Amino acid sequence: MNKLTKICAASALAFASSQSFAADVTIKIQNLTQGMYFTPIAAVAHTTDTSLFEVGEEASPEIQEMAEGGSLAGLTTIATAISADVLAEPTAGPLGPTESVSGTFTTADGNTVLSVVAMILPSNDGFIGLDNWTIPTEAGTYTVYLNAYDAGTEANDEIVGSGAPGMPGMPAPPFLTLGTGGSGVTAVSSNTNVHIHPGNIGDDDASGGASDVTNSIHRWLNPVAKVTVTVN
Amino acid sequence: MMNPLKLNKMRLALIVALPVLFSACSDDEVEVIKEVEVIVEVPATVPDPVDVSYEVTVTNLTNSQPLSPAAVVLHADGHLFSVGEVPSVALEQMAEGGMNSGLLALGMASASGAGAIGPGGSETISVTIQDVTNAKLSVATMLVNTNDAFSGLDALDLSTFAVGDSWTATAGVYDAGTEVNSETAGTMPGPADGGEGFNTTRTDTGYVAMHPGVVTVDDGLSNSVLTVQHKFDNPAVRIMVTRIE
Repeated sequence: MNKLTKICAASALAFASSQSFAADVTIKIQNLTQGMYFTPIAAVAHTTDTSLFEVGEEASPEIQEMAEGGSLAGLTTIATAISADVLAEPTAGPLGPTESVSGTFTTADGNTVLSVVAMILPSNDGFIGLDNWTIPTEAGTYTVYLNAYDAGTEANDEIVGSGAPGMPGMPAPPFLTLGTGGSGVTAVSSNTNVHIHPGNIGDDDASGGASDVTNSIHRWLNPVAKVTVTVN
Repeated sequence: MMNPLKLNKMRLALIVALPVLFSACSDDEVEVIKEVEVIVEVPATVPDPVDVSYEVTVTNLTNSQPLSPAAVVLHADGHLFSVGEVPSVALEQMAEGGMNSGLLALGMASASGAGAIGPGGSETISVTIQDVTNAKLSVATMLVNTNDAFSGLDALDLSTFAVGDSWTATAGVYDAGTEVNSETAGTMPGPADGGEGFNTTRTDTGYVAMHPGVVTVDDGLSNSVLTVQHKFDNPAVRIMVTRIE
């Protein structure tokens, strides 16, 4: 597995790959939001007859564990099983607002489409998604903007809880400043298939109200991520 | 308009090396190199400058966010704004107060919109530069019923634009990161508040990002003077660029 290396704004041109062979494709992913974080990102090149997720369809258990808790374990296992090329660093820290990660890999013959996923924090089951984007064969630099999706696997109650799949509430890693005492925005997820995320509601009450997220910070408008693909 | 013929003096310095062979009666041969500098004054004509002009049409797609007079800037390189970067003071002045003079001054050529562009309205702004066909075009305008939200276009490469070519895109809303999105009374210059515009003190993240949207009092921000009328989504403006000469 290759590694996505986090880059600072000041050294945006310096990136590294953990592998030394000649590279085909460089992928840079930037968090465009002002107040949201991404869990470690998986960029996967795979065949056209497979997909990590599809809008309008039920999320797989592997997408669910990524979207609810940020785990890439299931997705990377699947990627290996289908001989996909994977660019990911599951143990990396969060990708903060406007930060970027970059990495380079060589895609095998037949792995002609690219998918990208990572959980959005704070959220119950929000994730950034790119689904089966055809990697251009012509050398050049290409830009794709990503929307925020809702896995449809958990109610967006917006209260601190669990990141384990099937358990309610949002994971609350220490780098997030979240409220407490929220009563819960909702207890249901009306659309249980993958869909465009309706956004966080939040509130302005750090110790009560309906939500544990802050409405003037933890909201977003699409797009939420910029993917720059350089075909070498 | 008549362009004055300019005389440029061209100074030609010719270094001429003349090997001269002197033969003496003795067996010695002496080679002397003589340098002669010839200075020629040449009157050179400078061709008339050629105007390269663009029309930029900005359309306001929001419900109730007037746009401050748009800055249309042609520049050689660099960026007017970039997500993740620290904004310039000129950008901050535009994003917090709608003042575009600082941004206009950054260009090789630039033009300002005549006034605010109301919701649903549009304005076509012409900008002309001489002899340069590979400039970068940037556009910036504030959503005035916000603390520091702006929209626009950063560094569109014009080098492939031929006369008559046109390009249209929609643009999202950015947050300058220089003023916290309090939405409180007295902090926003637009008609919804009539409050303060530019303030030199930076009170937010300090870098440009995509804007999270306004919350408003109707959506749970108790101290906001904005209402549901002021909400916006991406995209917020449409920008059409046409090269007309």
